[in-house]
Amino acid sequence: MNFTLPQATVDAREVDALILALTLASLAVLALVFGLMARYMVKYRAGSPIDRGKPPQKTWRLEISWTVATLAAFFGLFIWGADLYVRLFQPPANALQIYVVGKQWMWKVEHPGGQREINTLHIPIRQPVQLVMTSEDVIHDFSVPAFRIKHDVLPGRYETLWFTVEMAGVYHLFCTQLCGEGHASMIGQVVAMEPEEYERWLGGGAKGETFVEAGADVFRRHGCAGCHGDQGAGGIGPALAGLYGAQVKLTDGIVKADEAYLRDCIMTPQKRRVAGYPEIMPSFAGQIDEEHLLKLIAYIKSLK
Amino acid sequence: MKGAAVTVGIAAPQESYLTDGTTLKSWLFTTDHKRISLLYLATITFFFFIGGFAAALIRYNLILPEGVLDSPETYNKLFSLHGVVMVWFFLVPAVPVTLGNFLVPLMLGARDLAFPRLNLLSWYLFVLAGLVALYALVAGGVDTGWTFYTPLSSFYSNGHVVATVVAIFIAGFSSIATGLNFIISIHKLRAPGMTFYRMPVFLWSLYATSVILVLATPVLAMTLLLLAFERIFRIGVFDPAIGGDPLLFQHLFWFYSHPAVYVMILPGFGVISEIIPAFSSKQLFGYKFVVWASIAIAVISFLVWGHHMFVAGTSLYSALVFSILSYMVAVPSAIKVFNWIGTMHKGWIRFDAPMLYAIGFIGLFTIGGLTGLFVAALAADVHLTQTYFVVAHFHYVMVGGMVSAFFAGLHFWWPKITGRLYPEIWGRVAALIIFIGFNLTFAPQFLLGYLGMPRRYHSYAAEFQVLNVLSSAGATILAVGYLLPLAYLGWSLFYGRRAAANPWRATGLEWTTPSPPPTENFSTTPVVTGPPYQYPCTEAVRNE
Repeated sequence: MNFTLPQATVDAREVDALILALTLASLAVLALVFGLMARYMVKYRAGSPIDRGKPPQKTWRLEISWTVATLAAFFGLFIWGADLYVRLFQPPANALQIYVVGKQWMWKVEHPGGQREINTLHIPIRQPVQLVMTSEDVIHDFSVPAFRIKHDVLPGRYETLWFTVEMAGVYHLFCTQLCGEGHASMIGQVVAMEPEEYERWLGGGAKGETFVEAGADVFRRHGCAGCHGDQGAGGIGPALAGLYGAQVKLTDGIVKADEAYLRDCIMTPQKRRVAGYPEIMPSFAGQIDEEHLLKLIAYIKSLK
Repeated sequence: MKGAAVTVGIAAPQESYLTDGTTLKSWLFTTDHKRISLLYLATITFFFFIGGFAAALIRYNLILPEGVLDSPETYNKLFSLHGVVMVWFFLVPAVPVTLGNFLVPLMLGARDLAFPRLNLLSWYLFVLAGLVALYALVAGGVDTGWTFYTPLSSFYSNGHVVATVVAIFIAGFSSIATGLNFIISIHKLRAPGMTFYRMPVFLWSLYATSVILVLATPVLAMTLLLLAFERIFRIGVFDPAIGGDPLLFQHLFWFYSHPAVYVMILPGFGVISEIIPAFSSKQLFGYKFVVWASIAIAVISFLVWGHHMFVAGTSLYSALVFSILSYMVAVPSAIKVFNWIGTMHKGWIRFDAPMLYAIGFIGLFTIGGLTGLFVAALAADVHLTQTYFVVAHFHYVMVGGMVSAFFAGLHFWWPKITGRLYPEIWGRVAALIIFIGFNLTFAPQFLLGYLGMPRRYHSYAAEFQVLNVLSSAGATILAVGYLLPLAYLGWSLFYGRRAAANPWRATGLEWTTPSPPPTENFSTTPVVTGPPYQYPCTEAVRNE
């Protein structure tokens, strides 16, 4: 029985430091509370002959001081936890993007090169990895305790999660959001490998189309070029080349074109209308499933 | 001190609310708040043991990594049943509808609640809700967990979601009626001289609780109605496949369900604030601070629902705001703990069963509160949420805290309610067994959660087994601890010694009337001339 958890990421060490600090602070408060209670229970037990004197009547100074002390301690803990949280969820720009689709009851993973796997995620170490995640049915949650991270995976939305793993190894992957009968079996493993080994792994086995190639297929099949032009050059609809990451002017504001925005444009085009173009884009909801959508978006992202 | 209980006044009242009519009809159609309180006590005891039985099966299943029960579906239905029954049919109503119903008029110096018939209707609604819930259970159960997250509950679940939701919907009406009854009674029925600042803290805490119930329950009711509509008529509210938003449900659900945690715990605070002064023979330390802490909790509790969603896909900024607000709501709770301990300072402390339960409450609630800080700290929550750490945390608050407080109150007012004394030694033994059993059950789960074991898993990785077995062993002790009071309190109904009007030498109007009280509560309307908790401190007790 092992009572420790591997710290496979830098964040893991930082989260552990926070949890340790919280534990020590809690133990100190517990010692104070239990200590005072025990002391009073013995000292002031009925029948104990000790002189109790006059009980203090004025209380507000004591009240104010412990309230302020509590507030100050809480504020410190808030800052610590919040600072780390912000860093946990701000991915660096150069992260390797891997796509994850949750489905009752399995994790489907696709690497940018088109390699697919189920309930296993191979990643290189010492390199930021960003997961782009969505669900085909209910809410799932991608959790790797050894990395101290988790995030819900929602149907109809993209959520991302990033980490840099430092230690090669095999780690538990859990679904932590109740997702139906097979919830407890929706588990898998993350295999963290040396970068060279990861490259070798990518090369081995049956290699299908790359993500971008598959996405180009989807683009052609659904006739996107009819409006957006070959290679997304533009035309009736807005140009797609160079769109990813740019600021887009909408009829009611400006938005950064990230995966979630691209997804909205395809599935619910009426929701965020691009300024200067007629409202003729049809919704593709129900026509493209999540896996193909991921590929289509990867293709659009590749258009420079 | 034990002798005091019988020597002060042995004269058992000839006429009491218990002897005023003995037919079934006189109970089922009563409008007497005291009788309704007993009807409720029987009902929630029944649900407590149903929910407890499910908990026992859950812990039994987790002895082996691969699970003992035959299917994951059965397991999912068990923990859903456990959650639904315990939350809506025990924890939320328990203290208000039993102790609250019995004591509000007595503490106010009133003849009854403001609306006695509405009170009876609340009980019938509650029973109806319970029957519908039991129907859902017998017909096949529900497997979504007590939180009913969409779209699992709206489209993918095979369980009886609609029936369960209807049961909770009906129970909500019962809550609202009870809350309104308390608010209006407290405003209108206080005895002459009883200003708001002369009210016992128990009444203040029920007042704050009732405000939450009246404001938050309708939101839950509407949310569940929308869920039922989505499931039956396929209207897209929460499911993105038909144009809904899966996070909307969580926002609406937690807008009720976080304040509901305080509905469970605030009345417990009230009970403890009565017991600690009584058994310390000392006035409550910082009365006004304790009172306003209750009000502060009621207000801030509406602003913290988002802390259930730090990894659910809400924005960074909302997470920051909800984190700091969650720390704010913990401050008033901390104030109360300090004040209870301050009350014991220079007191004349007796360790009767209610006091032991109350001290157990302070210990367990403090652990529950402190571990709440872990999950309010954003980055720590990312690792700990949805694991057994959270399971342990909220069981410390809701079971270690609220159930201990309920037991403390039940033992404290048992002589008043029944006119009988229970065997004191068994009360103390049970309090001790519950405290030990509880810690053995749930303390290992903190570690289990840190190590990453997800909650709601029917089977688990073998490395988690030792801690799970430890927890299940603790649960066995806890079960014995919970069965004991059922036995000796039941025994006392028939064989217990008669109780005097004020067996604990406590203050408060409820102790000035005989035990058990007559139907009309007081022979003459009491007049209040001073603040509560005027304990003569030590002298009277010292000379025993």
